[in-house]
Amino acid sequence: MENVMTEAELQEMECVYAKPGTLTATRFHYCPGCGHSVVHRLIMEVVEELGITEQTIGVAPVGCSVFAYNYMDVDMQEAAHGRASAVATGIKRVLPDRYVFSYQGDGDLAAIGTAETIHTCNRGENILIVFINNAIYGMTGGQMAPTTLLGMKTTTTPTGRSVETSGFPLKITEIVATLPGTAYVTRQSVHVPNAVRQLKKALTKGFQYQKENKGTCFIEVVSNCPSGWKMTPVQSNEWLVQNMFPMFPPGDIKVPK
Amino acid sequence: MSEIKIMKGNEALAEAAIRAGCQGYFGYPITPQSEVLEYLADQGRVRGMIVLQAESEVASINMVYGAAGAGARVMTSSSSPGISLMQEGLSYIACAELPCLVVNVNRGGPGLGTIQPSQGDYFQATKGGGHGDYRLLVLAPSSVQEMAEFVYLAFDLADKYRNPVMILADGALGQMMEKVQFPEYDPAAHRVAKPWATTGKLPGRRANIITSLHIQPEKMEQINLRLQEKYRLMAQREVRFESVQTDDAEIVVVAYGLVARIAHKAVELARESGVRAGLLRPITLFPFPYEPIARLCGHASSMLVVEMNSGQMVEDVRLGVEGRVPVKFHGRMGGIIPSPEEIADILHAMAGSAVTHHEEVS
Repeated sequence: MENVMTEAELQEMECVYAKPGTLTATRFHYCPGCGHSVVHRLIMEVVEELGITEQTIGVAPVGCSVFAYNYMDVDMQEAAHGRASAVATGIKRVLPDRYVFSYQGDGDLAAIGTAETIHTCNRGENILIVFINNAIYGMTGGQMAPTTLLGMKTTTTPTGRSVETSGFPLKITEIVATLPGTAYVTRQSVHVPNAVRQLKKALTKGFQYQKENKGTCFIEVVSNCPSGWKMTPVQSNEWLVQNMFPMFPPGDIKVPK
Repeated sequence: MSEIKIMKGNEALAEAAIRAGCQGYFGYPITPQSEVLEYLADQGRVRGMIVLQAESEVASINMVYGAAGAGARVMTSSSSPGISLMQEGLSYIACAELPCLVVNVNRGGPGLGTIQPSQGDYFQATKGGGHGDYRLLVLAPSSVQEMAEFVYLAFDLADKYRNPVMILADGALGQMMEKVQFPEYDPAAHRVAKPWATTGKLPGRRANIITSLHIQPEKMEQINLRLQEKYRLMAQREVRFESVQTDDAEIVVVAYGLVARIAHKAVELARESGVRAGLLRPITLFPFPYEPIARLCGHASSMLVVEMNSGQMVEDVRLGVEGRVPVKFHGRMGGIIPSPEEIADILHAMAGSAVTHHEEVS
């Protein structure tokens, strides 16, 4: 057992990473390779680093991340499907000095909750909306999402999404960027370490702009669904770069003046 | 009490909400209750209330969810089609046990229906309305004065039981002008601690979670049992009703809201011509006054239920009566308000018929 370090040796090692205190001890239920866990962790890291744990209130959606509050150790509300930004609006309006964020998937934010999303952004509610786009309904078993790519197979587009029956992938992030109420609109990803670092910077900005009452901050995370896409985690991240990015290119779409 | 004012029912209700310390209103315009939003957008905002015209009733009720979950005293109001849109949110609010006030100024349905008064939403209001087993505590005003008074009561009951409370009015009560006096009420004295609210996780306490999701069936059953126990307590403690000349009544009219006022006049007309009629007016529609109605079966030989619908509350009256006396029903629909004379005519006909007459004419 020569690989085992002594206690003294451990003490001498520099701690370069620790789980943030804002994450609970509960193990993530997400599938191997899923982006949700990384985004959860990043949000909670940012909240801890900004020192706003006691002022932060999150809103969880319906979808795979319905149990986000089991992992994020801050006060949270669970919203009905699609209504997270309306719930976040209600919280923020009565507690304007708190940091409020919603965490929503593509079905929640861009299908059933489109009206709430558009109008929350149009009112310029001072909240942060984190939008996970993996182009599929993961929790219900892999059905078509509003962001499902043309030709992409899901359980409800078994021969691939066609324009004739299902229309086009919805680029809601570009839509909300046109609204004067949004202050910061960006599209990020978590498929490689550098992207993870970039997203963390974006999340930090999202909370900082909220402090400055700049308006709605909207961060799309192009993510994966290895189970729904029926790929290994590595394959899914490669597929994401080759297929998702052409339709949903990463980068800032709108930054505050 | 304040000085006497002449106000519309909707405006009196809105004024009472401000005086009751309502911190937030989230709503969407719909006839015949838009004056609530309009009054609050003016007077409410001036006096410090958060008033938001939402993009829909769906958004409104979910803003109420968020704000109530954050510990604020909040409300919404709408009329029948808009209340239908809120049913999803109300189910979540009931399960998450969030105190709030929802006002339904009932108009005629089904569908887009009419903007005239109706009581067609009785089932929806009192039996749950949305999915799952839950109840709202439902108050039925019958005057502009009660449109105001019940707001204070509704907020206090909502806080007491951590339950959504509905004021079920109708288009006439919302639109008509009457005198109203606002009671003395100090919101600070009625404020309750809400240690469960999501206001930010302070050191030394666990994170507060507002949710209606309990995926383990054993846990979900416990939640349901707790809710049912709460509704049982409401039934034990909160039944409210008004009796008019029921002590010697042979025929008891049961009616709520606007119709109770009309029935009151019909009872007077019947008494003038020698028919011993009385009125029982349920004030809480949930919990329903089953026992007071049952007690009347001791001396009343029949009952008449009058509603502005096809016969909804009459089912609860029959549950209270349990077949001991015949229960006749008279209903008007589509926004038609029954007149005192048409009700008095029925009372005369009932008094003239044999008391053993068990056939129900409707």
